[in-house]
Amino acid sequence: MNRYPMWKNLLVLVVLIVATIFAMPNLFGDDPAVQISAGRSATVDLDLADKAETALKQAGIDYKGIELEDDKLLVRLTSADSQLQAKEVLNQTLTGDYIIALNLAPTTPDWLAALGAEPMNLGLDLRGGVHFLMEVDMVAAVKQALDGYGSDLRLSLRDEKIRYKQIKVEDQQLIVVFRNAEDRDAAESLISREMDALLVNVAEDTTDPALVMQLNEVNLRETKRLALQQNITTLRNRINELGVAEPTVQQQGDSRIVVQLPGVQDTAQAKKILGATATLEFRLVDFESDVQDAVNGRVPPNSELYYHRDGRPYLLNKRVMLTGEHVINAQSTLDPQSGSPAVSVTLDGKGARIFSNITRDNIGNPMAVVFIESKTETKEIDGELVKVRRQVPEIINVATIRDQLSKKFQITGLDSTTEARDLALLLRAGALAAPIEIVEERTVGPSLGQDNIDQGFASVMIGFAFVLVFMLLWYKVFGFVANLALAANLIFIVALLSMLQATLTLPGIAGIVLTVGMAVDANVLIFERIREELRNGNSPQSSISAGYGKAFSTIADANITTLIAAVVLFGFGTGSIKGFAVTLSLGIITSMFTAIMGTRSVVNLIYGRQHKPKLSI
Amino acid sequence: MQFLSKETHINFMSKRLLAAGFSIILLIVSVTSLVMQGLNFGIDFTGGTMIELGYQEQVDLNQLRQDLADGGYPEATVQNFGSIHDVLIRLPVIETQNMAQLSNEVVSMLQSKNETEIDVRRVEFVGPQVGDELTEQGGLAMLYALIGILIYVSLRFEYRFAIGSVVALIHDVVITLGFFSLTRIEFDLTVLAAILAIIGYSLNDTIVVFDRIRETFLRMRKGTSVEIVNTALNDTLSRTLMTSLTTLLVVVALFIFGGEVIHAFSIALLLGIVVGTYSSIYIASNTIMAMGVSKEDLLPPVKEDDENVNPDGSQV
Repeated sequence: MNRYPMWKNLLVLVVLIVATIFAMPNLFGDDPAVQISAGRSATVDLDLADKAETALKQAGIDYKGIELEDDKLLVRLTSADSQLQAKEVLNQTLTGDYIIALNLAPTTPDWLAALGAEPMNLGLDLRGGVHFLMEVDMVAAVKQALDGYGSDLRLSLRDEKIRYKQIKVEDQQLIVVFRNAEDRDAAESLISREMDALLVNVAEDTTDPALVMQLNEVNLRETKRLALQQNITTLRNRINELGVAEPTVQQQGDSRIVVQLPGVQDTAQAKKILGATATLEFRLVDFESDVQDAVNGRVPPNSELYYHRDGRPYLLNKRVMLTGEHVINAQSTLDPQSGSPAVSVTLDGKGARIFSNITRDNIGNPMAVVFIESKTETKEIDGELVKVRRQVPEIINVATIRDQLSKKFQITGLDSTTEARDLALLLRAGALAAPIEIVEERTVGPSLGQDNIDQGFASVMIGFAFVLVFMLLWYKVFGFVANLALAANLIFIVALLSMLQATLTLPGIAGIVLTVGMAVDANVLIFERIREELRNGNSPQSSISAGYGKAFSTIADANITTLIAAVVLFGFGTGSIKGFAVTLSLGIITSMFTAIMGTRSVVNLIYGRQHKPKLSI
Repeated sequence: MQFLSKETHINFMSKRLLAAGFSIILLIVSVTSLVMQGLNFGIDFTGGTMIELGYQEQVDLNQLRQDLADGGYPEATVQNFGSIHDVLIRLPVIETQNMAQLSNEVVSMLQSKNETEIDVRRVEFVGPQVGDELTEQGGLAMLYALIGILIYVSLRFEYRFAIGSVVALIHDVVITLGFFSLTRIEFDLTVLAAILAIIGYSLNDTIVVFDRIRETFLRMRKGTSVEIVNTALNDTLSRTLMTSLTTLLVVVALFIFGGEVIHAFSIALLLGIVVGTYSSIYIASNTIMAMGVSKEDLLPPVKEDDENVNPDGSQV
């Protein structure tokens, strides 16, 4: 007799019920929604919900509901069109530090949500969006660090009255050239004493005595780590400014950052903002020296030659008054006097202090705002292609300081309102610690995303139907049992993916399809074994028992080896390939359970109690 | 319904030299093609830009090529993708340009020449450095998978079985790669994933056959190796074909209904399943026979079951 103990039947039943509950949220669709979250200086509360409601009603936009959830406000809408309209309306009415983004809100019923059941996440290839892989320029990060040490060193040497000819950064090294060996030795002992982050060496075979310094191992690693961390922070800020719901910003490896922006369509804007390395510098204009002389090559030692947007040359003080890092807020506006685009800037305490001191001492003198953009170009040098990063500084505005300026002021001289908006955004979000470059982009438009979902769903269902019919024809009642197992297997995979909150991608769906085909393998092995036992003249009951028993080790071996391949795939995989590996591995594991325990339980229920059953196989 | 209603007695091993010859010819053709012209690597590996655009009207490819050349992209290649409204534009790595911005420039240039709105369905850009890493990682992944399997099969069976299964795997992978090399179908990341899945699948098949060969060796007291392997293959034949059929069915569904994006992926799987089924019958078994597996080799690790005893203890 083939009977399962009660607990085994119950186990199969309980697992099936739990899986069904967790798989269910995926049956309910999504509502197009607008998500409002607060920036640094705002809060999301019921008042805001009221404001949003009034605004939507006034604009005559139909909405399903407004929910306050954690510190986000979710406005559910009826269609994608009204979603765009609503975003526009809310953008205009909710002034303040809010991030307003398009999103999809799952319509999971409350009782399911209360059980903790949530739908699977859809990957970018299914819902549309952009994936960027960005690489931080570590050479530039190290150079910046060395530049910093260079300025410190300049001050220290001056304080100690050690004379030097030149301080420069070359090939990831800080080089100081001296007039004589005594100065060099004095400097060497000063540096070893005070700057333990640097490895100091006396330069060999140079005409003048010189010191060569490099960052030590620990400091080098720390510099790179900081550059990466700061860039991640800046990117997060910038993405918030762009208004993206559920963005992902993650470190990958030592020098790369993955950015995923679901639902973003305007990739040109996204790329421009994310990759922008623009910063601002405020400098005083050197109006005492002759600009024309400088253009002809005679630049005074304390000044530098810059060009205005309109082409006019200016001499600016080498010393930078203030940089963009002291900006805490920036908004694009129109200059009330001229009506031209402008950015109104608010400085932090330290910035305001510096700024007010300098402007107080320089009333009546001109000041320049320099906009510095870093551009990457590839050039051929000695037959090899080399990436060259070039800083393109441009004076956007020269104005006479009329008053002592402090916390708030305006920058004018911008080309367009778009430029004013982008500049304000970049100033708000902060500058990148080191330049970054996009090394990989994958954008999927919404139409393709929907096609992928439809086609993926169709192929799962059709493949599934093929297998069901085939198994039923082949193994009759046993085939029917295997089909039940296969259906349960699909539910298990979906439930596990939802529980793990894994991301479903198109290759992931392909993995599910493949699993459907391969999952019946275990049953085929068992059923063939049962047939064989029957052919050998064994009784039906012992054939069932022997079929399951003998097939087990084969099934285990075969599945474990496939699992090895799937795990390797996961380890190697990037992005979507990982999805394939995940669904394939999950499918292999769940199919072992359904094909062995699940079908045995049903077969026992059907035939287990009969004395000499006629097996329909 | 049983299409192999009675026990089959096909003498598989009588054709083993023929099969070996056939496989060797396929392998030579594949390797030659791979050495001579390599694979048609997609941008995942070479780096470059791929743009899929959906037009509202039928696209004149020649006009589009002309537009691209006029717009400064003479190196762009263009083809229809899935339908006459959709096109796929590929651009190689152009060293002197900012690659990340390239796709936006191309799209806005084409949009300016087209009256109706163009739907940007997909953009993929892979920098050359990323592509190089991927090629290396992909090769390593295959190697790791093979080593992991070699170890597991050695532990569970015997080293000759491990070698047999790996020979069958290499056979399947090389022929699939050879097919992609000969047909010039683009080899992208999804195809690589398919090949790793084939490794898993083909192995699955081989292990089932091996399991049966081991069992038959221990059960049949008399008989030559050839007879024993033949019996094992016949015993598992109906299962081998059934599983291959169901898997083929779903992959065919994927091929027909899954959309253009995973076409190459499903082709790789289709081929891999056919070759994998063939190789588990002929190549894997052939190899262990050539290495001379005998009953004595299999005795120590496996405890002989009492085959004819029912679970209730009664003898039949």
